[in-house]
Amino acid sequence: MNFYDTIFYFFAFVTLVSAAIVVFSKNIIYSAFSLLFTFFGVAGIYVLLNADFIAVAQLLIYVGGILVLLLFGVMLTNKVVSVEMKTGTLQTIPASIIVAMTAGALCGVFYMTDWKIVRSVPQMTTTANSLGEMFMTTYLLPFEVASVVLLVALVGAAMIARRDRAIQNLKPKI
Amino acid sequence: MTGIALHHYLALSAILFTIGVVGVLTRRNAIIVFMCVELMLNSVNLSLVAFSAYLGNPTGQILVFFVMTVAAAEAAVGLAIIIALFRNKQTVNIDEINIMKW
Repeated sequence: MNFYDTIFYFFAFVTLVSAAIVVFSKNIIYSAFSLLFTFFGVAGIYVLLNADFIAVAQLLIYVGGILVLLLFGVMLTNKVVSVEMKTGTLQTIPASIIVAMTAGALCGVFYMTDWKIVRSVPQMTTTANSLGEMFMTTYLLPFEVASVVLLVALVGAAMIARRDRAIQNLKPKI
Repeated sequence: MTGIALHHYLALSAILFTIGVVGVLTRRNAIIVFMCVELMLNSVNLSLVAFSAYLGNPTGQILVFFVMTVAAAEAAVGLAIIIALFRNKQTVNIDEINIMKW
């Protein structure tokens, strides 16, 4: 087992263990913070796969944006002292059936498909240049649509989370 | 050079996705369900990046970028909805939120 393998298994272990903590922890704060380690582990695996730009974007967007947003959600909706979380015992059997089916389908597809692989190992190059070029040429329209989606979603989020009283104050005072 | 083949990454992605499915199906706190959706999105991103790296074609990473964009938008809107719900019903337990059920 060489260095590369060791790093892969380390990141995979970190990712999976912290993902399991996210799902099975009784304390929502622990879940939120172990989600941080999941995101870091996935970012590390992106680096292993030579996706440098995506790894940085993962850190910026997920760790810097989504995780902070989730923590705000936790703080705003939970009395941190009284952590009451029930894990829906009723749905356990249907849930385990669905989970088993999902896992079986995924593993079956992954192992039985004859993937068309060009390289046996990822090549050591940077991707930021080619990604930027593709965003500005082939994928220009989706790129612009994505920016509009973000704008609309953020305006909508601000609108939804606003208090009603504040909305009434917005009405024109003539 | 390395023993890590494509199916290692795919297996990792499959396990991560399955963990996310477990969380969405069994947890009853809307924010935890949210985190598990993020886990599933991450696992899909992971397999896209793996395919992209082993194909030598960066298009997969473009898809990952769009998935991240939509995930950010989804997180913002979803948390706004959760906060609005909490303000009205004082709970984020999705068993007790049934105002759209008849």
